[in-house]
Amino acid sequence: MESPFATAFRLIAAGDAALMQIIGLSLSVTLSAVLIACLLGLPLGAGLALARFPGRSGVIVLFNAFMGLPPVVAGLAVYLLLSRAGPLGDWALLFTPTAMVIAQTVLILPIVVSLTRSVVEDLWAEYREQLRSLGASRLRAMPTLLWDGRASLLTGVLAGFGRASAEVGAVLIVGGNIAGHTRTMTTTITLETNRGNLGLAVALGIVLMALTLTLNAVAWGAGQWSREKLG
Amino acid sequence: MSAPDSRQRPILPLRLSNMGYSVGGTRLLSGITLDIQAGRRLVVMGANGAGKSLFLRLCHGLIDPTEGARDWASGDVRPEHQAMVFQRPVLLRRSVAANLAYPLRLRGMDRTARHEMVRRTLDRFGLAALSDRPARLLSGGEQQRLALARAWAMQPQILFLDEPTSALDPSATRTIEDMIESFSHDGITIVMTTHDLGQARRLGQDVVFLHRGKMIEQAPAEAFFARPTTAEARAFLAGDLIW
Repeated sequence: MESPFATAFRLIAAGDAALMQIIGLSLSVTLSAVLIACLLGLPLGAGLALARFPGRSGVIVLFNAFMGLPPVVAGLAVYLLLSRAGPLGDWALLFTPTAMVIAQTVLILPIVVSLTRSVVEDLWAEYREQLRSLGASRLRAMPTLLWDGRASLLTGVLAGFGRASAEVGAVLIVGGNIAGHTRTMTTTITLETNRGNLGLAVALGIVLMALTLTLNAVAWGAGQWSREKLG
Repeated sequence: MSAPDSRQRPILPLRLSNMGYSVGGTRLLSGITLDIQAGRRLVVMGANGAGKSLFLRLCHGLIDPTEGARDWASGDVRPEHQAMVFQRPVLLRRSVAANLAYPLRLRGMDRTARHEMVRRTLDRFGLAALSDRPARLLSGGEQQRLALARAWAMQPQILFLDEPTSALDPSATRTIEDMIESFSHDGITIVMTTHDLGQARRLGQDVVFLHRGKMIEQAPAEAFFARPTTAEARAFLAGDLIW
């Protein structure tokens, strides 16, 4: 019998259709979740950094705590929302890629919000008087601070991407691991390992590792680049 | 070409009446009564902690006085046509030209006018060759030059400068002093703090001397340097440490 590694390399080298479909779905789900989390989280984090309102500390602690939200719990919460009997049951989203995007957005959003708040808050301490002097209101300062913090923020967004692409629990619960429909790299690894079908599992493991390595290289490179080019 | 637009409504003189600032029951500045007249160069002097920076921040409107009043001739609470250069100016993480354009965009200046103003400012202050460089990577002297240029581009009637050359070498200091003088020739009123007595003599037309949060002297520069009336100012000018 062929070793799992030999099978894995054969599958990758041949660009096996099932393998490619799984990788494609994983990436599209996670990238969509990252995009949505950024669209919501960047302004939310900047707002949280600059706004002063009662209960602000509570909100900050909540977002910080949610950074460590176990993926299965996030998955369960989204499951309850989307299940037939749930409040959003009529949308019939359970066991679709959309449900997986929602669950991963829930996982990434706290990371993006908390990191953005911390980056923007630090910048604000430095920029506050200067921006006010130049005529910027608090509201107008937000996009300026987000843009000036872009290098640090990118690191956080990549961390969010890493968390989402590595997790199993949430997508397994709300996606259902349906072949050809909602099967991602991580859920497939879980399933195929249980079945003793190690070749595909190892192939996906290699792809995931390569992805993680690439992401970290990109993050590191971006940090270096911004220090050199932007100061 | 003068920086303040002649169509602007005059905001000066700035009248300070018994202006003071306290925080948590501690009086950091008190009893400042002074008219800042258009077209003059006023130097604010005093030892560390005398309240010089606080004085500038109150005038510029970054903070509001807790006592007394700060009244602009135009009646505005915080008029637009004023600018401040900080001791350590913050430049944005973008190009030199984009730093100049930023405050103009905040004011709603349209694209064409903005480009024109940025180009004019770059040319005037010899920054054209640095136009596309990231502002944060300029040398200390170049950064300060850009900070002053950015203030100029805002067409202020009055410019506040907080120790504008404290971190610079003599040649960069000279450049900045020349810029300040040229602003003054353009009709921009200058209010600046400095530790450097030579600089105060070179640039000051009027002097205000602060001591422990109080204004204890106010005189034309010539009179102040020749005949300081208080013991504190005499000691300061003689280079003694006073607290």
